[in-house]
Amino acid sequence: MADGDNQIPKLDDALQVPCIKPGSMDGLQPFLASPEHQEALGFPGELVPDWKERALAKMEELAEKNRAFQVYLDICVKCGACTDKCHYFLGTADPKNMPVARQDLLRSVYRRYFTFAGKYFPWLVGARDLTEDVLKEWYSYYHQCSECRRCSVYCPYGIDTAEITMAARDILASVGMGQKYSNEIIGKVHSVGNNLGLNPKALGATLEGLEEDIEDDTGISVRIPLDEKGADILLVTPSADFFAEPHIDGLIGYAKVFHQAGVSWTLSSYASEAANFGLFIGNYENMRLVSQRIRKAALDLGVKRIIFGECGHAWRVAYSYLNTLAGPWDFLDQNYPIPQHILEFTWNEIQKGTLTFDKSKNDHLNMTYHDSCNVARGSRMGDMPGGQFEIPRNVIKAVCNNYVDMDQDTIHEATLCCGGGGGLLTDDLMDLRIKGASPRMTALQQVTKDHGVTHMAAICAICKTQFSKVMPKYGYEMDSVVSVHQLVSNAIILDGQETEDDAPEAAEAEE
Amino acid sequence: MLATIYALLFYGATILLVVGIAMRIQRYARIPAPLKIPTTPAPTTTGGVVLRMAREVIFFESLFKSNKWIWLFGWTFHMALWLVLARHVRYFTFDVWWWVQIVQPFGTYAGFAMVAGLIGLWARRFLVDRVRYISSPSDHLILALLVAIGLSGLTMRFVAHTDIVAVKAFMLGLMRLQINELPADPILLTHLGLVAILMIIFPISKLMHAPGVFFSPSRNQVDNPREQRHLAPWAAELEK
Repeated sequence: MADGDNQIPKLDDALQVPCIKPGSMDGLQPFLASPEHQEALGFPGELVPDWKERALAKMEELAEKNRAFQVYLDICVKCGACTDKCHYFLGTADPKNMPVARQDLLRSVYRRYFTFAGKYFPWLVGARDLTEDVLKEWYSYYHQCSECRRCSVYCPYGIDTAEITMAARDILASVGMGQKYSNEIIGKVHSVGNNLGLNPKALGATLEGLEEDIEDDTGISVRIPLDEKGADILLVTPSADFFAEPHIDGLIGYAKVFHQAGVSWTLSSYASEAANFGLFIGNYENMRLVSQRIRKAALDLGVKRIIFGECGHAWRVAYSYLNTLAGPWDFLDQNYPIPQHILEFTWNEIQKGTLTFDKSKNDHLNMTYHDSCNVARGSRMGDMPGGQFEIPRNVIKAVCNNYVDMDQDTIHEATLCCGGGGGLLTDDLMDLRIKGASPRMTALQQVTKDHGVTHMAAICAICKTQFSKVMPKYGYEMDSVVSVHQLVSNAIILDGQETEDDAPEAAEAEE
Repeated sequence: MLATIYALLFYGATILLVVGIAMRIQRYARIPAPLKIPTTPAPTTTGGVVLRMAREVIFFESLFKSNKWIWLFGWTFHMALWLVLARHVRYFTFDVWWWVQIVQPFGTYAGFAMVAGLIGLWARRFLVDRVRYISSPSDHLILALLVAIGLSGLTMRFVAHTDIVAVKAFMLGLMRLQINELPADPILLTHLGLVAILMIIFPISKLMHAPGVFFSPSRNQVDNPREQRHLAPWAAELEK
């Protein structure tokens, strides 16, 4: 990884708009999926000879199947409102990273083959032929979009570049140009059940180790059950929660909350992954297959409720799509939201008064909160609009004394993507990830300067991994990003736990 | 001769406009949205969606959040356009309706606001590097077309009056399938010709944003996926 300091953009404020630098990210592209990884998902192994016909046929098919794709290709007026809204444009200044320009890479081809003006007056409307160079350009720039939907919030017609990006990736995969990172991972979910390829035995051993850690720390036996038939709650969480920091501290937090709430719960080794990378590649069938594993696990284990752990895109698929992809959920307890977010559960318990906290355990942390993009703009929590913003903050404030928000223009639905979402969390795109993180990092640096903020909480496995990797480039320790349930875990007092002269808190929570 | 050409032009343009938009809308309505994708802040009720859409098309709410200059120029242009169009209703009804009479003075001066808004939008296509980058020739030409329509109309109203009584007689005649005399005023002919072009290109251009915005899933969907199962017909096939 050749990442000198020169590639880190210096922004005066988080949303500073650069002058365009055409070509500055030209040619950047993630590794292509190998034939084996392509074919496992039902795609051709490599670029097919009749790629042009098949790409156009796929485009036509998607326009027939997805209203958003069809309408968004037609109605953009090129007003320019979105041009300064993408974190990748702010970080790279490449004009093709402006949302409208990114859409135009595909729209120009759509116009050429499917509209009157583009067929007969291509020069007038910026229409162009589909060539191999265009295909390569798609592959490059549709993998410089994290499908975070920030542009969609600001578009006067709600045009969502993520819909175009997903369609473009689906077209690319269908002619043999899938992305290695996403397709390899989806293959593992289909065959093993999680993104890591962690088999049931290894998973069981990991969870046992965690139970021991909790007991060592607290003196209390807290269970993390796996594949327990008859449990009330199935917890589906990103597999990063099983092994990576700071994710794992979040998992410990969920376990402690469930323990205190006195509910019976279990993980499933068959559906041991909340994330659904089918979303990233824009492929309905793959997204559906991944979701169906959760349905099967819920039926096999006989649970009454499903709760999702901290995972951003997973929560979008869970909240917005799971009913569509794997419903109807008539066999679950209808008295609870289906599915429910772990933060909804924890916040309910806090309101019921079943949890006790020693907030001073988090006094060494000056917190802020990063709204993860797909939670913020593609889902909700609780009963009210905006619950996805309020509930995580309420929980943080219930367990921490020091909390401050970042700049209003960079939180809630205006939040900036971490820079690694939507299938870009791969080392071959590290340059893009560092640059794309710069608006968020600049907003964070501002609250560090003004309010002494030391740590940022997030509820997305990708955000957590991305930030622990890029934060050191911006002058923070890699453990400056924390799970929300890690904060809960730090502060929660378990029944029977000795509160004074305690064993030290989890090591990662210390300065 | 002249009257016949313009009569045929307007009949043809009207058919293309109405049929073209209807076909497009029919297509948008037919294609399903397979997934729930409302963008935050998303209403949880149908009533909320109606209000959200109303705020979008009346106040350009999202654009206001996005960029104050584009909002100022764009909103001014569109609202002025409505006033100008309302004022023009008088040329298509024998007795001028009461509300058209009320609109008359506002509609007259709105012509200036409309052209000003358009020029503001056009200036951005030259002055802002990002907007310059995304502009195609057609984006400039549509602005040129609208500005020319506005200026030719303002010229007839404030500089060189045309025989407006004869124009009204021509239009009323068209609506009764008869072709009356049309004044051979070059400014009038330009104005009418450009309007006909606008009508013709409407269904095959980005002007479709006007009906299209109502079909935008990120704006017209209710945020209730957990409460109500949403399934596209083609997706239901996968479950069989």
